[in-house]
Amino acid sequence: MSIETSDVEKIAHLARLHLEPSQSAAVTASIANILALIDTMQEVATDAVPPLAHTSTEGQRLRADVVTEVNDRDHLQQIAPSTENGLYLVPRVIE
Amino acid sequence: MFDKGIAELSLALTRKEFSSRELTAAYLDRINAANPALNCYITVTAEQALAQASAADALRARGEAGPFTGIPIAHKDIFCTRDVRTSCGSRMLDNFISPYDASVVERFTQAGAVTLGKTNMDEFAMGSSNETSFYGPVKNPWNVERVPGGSSGGSAAAVAARLCPAATGTDTGGSIRQPAAFCGITGLKPTYGRVSRWGMVAFASSLDQAGPMTRSAEDAAIMLNIMAGFDDRDSTCSERPMEDYRAKLNQALAGLRIGIPRQHFAAGLNPQVEKAIRAALAEFENLGATLKEVSLENSHLSVPAYYVIAPAEASANLSRYDGVRFGYRCENPRDLEDLYKRSRSEGFGSEVKRRIMVGTYALSAGYYDAYYLKAQKIRRLIKNDFDQAFADVDVIMGPTSPHPAFRLGAQNDDPVTMYLEDIYTIAVNLAGLPGISIPAGLVDGLPVGLQIVGQDFAEARLLNVAHQFQQATDWHRKSPV
Repeated sequence: MSIETSDVEKIAHLARLHLEPSQSAAVTASIANILALIDTMQEVATDAVPPLAHTSTEGQRLRADVVTEVNDRDHLQQIAPSTENGLYLVPRVIE
Repeated sequence: MFDKGIAELSLALTRKEFSSRELTAAYLDRINAANPALNCYITVTAEQALAQASAADALRARGEAGPFTGIPIAHKDIFCTRDVRTSCGSRMLDNFISPYDASVVERFTQAGAVTLGKTNMDEFAMGSSNETSFYGPVKNPWNVERVPGGSSGGSAAAVAARLCPAATGTDTGGSIRQPAAFCGITGLKPTYGRVSRWGMVAFASSLDQAGPMTRSAEDAAIMLNIMAGFDDRDSTCSERPMEDYRAKLNQALAGLRIGIPRQHFAAGLNPQVEKAIRAALAEFENLGATLKEVSLENSHLSVPAYYVIAPAEASANLSRYDGVRFGYRCENPRDLEDLYKRSRSEGFGSEVKRRIMVGTYALSAGYYDAYYLKAQKIRRLIKNDFDQAFADVDVIMGPTSPHPAFRLGAQNDDPVTMYLEDIYTIAVNLAGLPGISIPAGLVDGLPVGLQIVGQDFAEARLLNVAHQFQQATDWHRKSPV
């Protein structure tokens, strides 16, 4: 499958990455190379093969529905770029 | 004292040949002298290390020391360390002071270990040469024009250069084993789920696994005894009971059945590396093992499948870096989208962005079946190949890497060339199996690694096999210093 610069620009937006127009062509070329590598998977028929998402055989555990964490907000927010009254600050979204 | 591994240091501390404080201070001096040239450490925690060493000495004086009390180690900078920067090799986390310790770090601290510092690594563990680090490449102590391998390149080079007796690493596609091979040390990737991932910065959650990087298999067993075991904070951590990984080290290898995958001795393998690996296999025959050819039919598809699955998982895991709650935030964002986009674009390096984009693409509407689902089906085939091979053999052996450490900058033109570096290691992660790389020779003065792969949770057997080889040979004692 080939990939166009416009596809890469769309992916960058979906991934919330800013792509300089001057980088688009080079990034597209390197991703195209990676997709060519990935496409070698298509040479094997896998219609009857069940997918394997992970290798664990133990299943997911359940635990009692009780609070196990303490409120550590002040400590956790010490590393935030910007906070006020326990809230994270970001640029205004609704004018 | 710098040539001693964990077992020998523990004995020396017990015999009062030196104190943990003396040992730690000596290592810190050595790091100060050698690290500027090698760049193994991102952060050296000298003050904390000396305090931990004094506490360990006090514990020993009271007769309360365990086998790890007062032993200095280094942690890959992917493990969260409370009140110490955890950068993951990225500008994104250059200012990140973790509010908590990773389970692995906590276990070593409880065992009385001394933390010398945090080791350099490829950014977010994405790389096979340690060249994608925001803090610059690590140099291979065997030849400073060569890479140490990656992503745990700082840990591997530090152990080899005698800048720590042992270190932790993580392995998503070969990131413990390949740098261990390039730097001539022992590196174990345990079975997926054997070691808790809690507090380990996530790259690809179905593949990531932490393990020891050491001077010997015996030291790896000592470290795994501390690292492994159930942790309810990691929902994928196995509840299977722990073993004493030292208990079987001295078992004889008579009757051991070794599988030799023909795909790992095919075109692309450096002939001198092959010669070294064949000599190691002959040594195992001397020790009573038998060799049998096995086939890992789909192994050539492991790299393609991995470069769908790992980037897909990474694109989800790395979406948390948004410039809001922690990590890098861009200057003067215009609006929220600008804050997200510029924080991420300025905070991440080019390889990380490339993998996020590949993963986003593979998971996007219209491509999911062709890429992500297809890769998961290939993953099943790869696991089936191993299951079939293990019906006839106890362990599988081959080279860890197709060649010794390459030159800095040599594989950077095309990301695909770098991806193919992990051709022998990636399938092991996809199948969730344990694998160890041990030194097995030198080619042009550079170490060669032998990879030994075992069945699920067969770490004790792998360590036994590796230890017996190390009792019969001295490749693991070779040092670049």
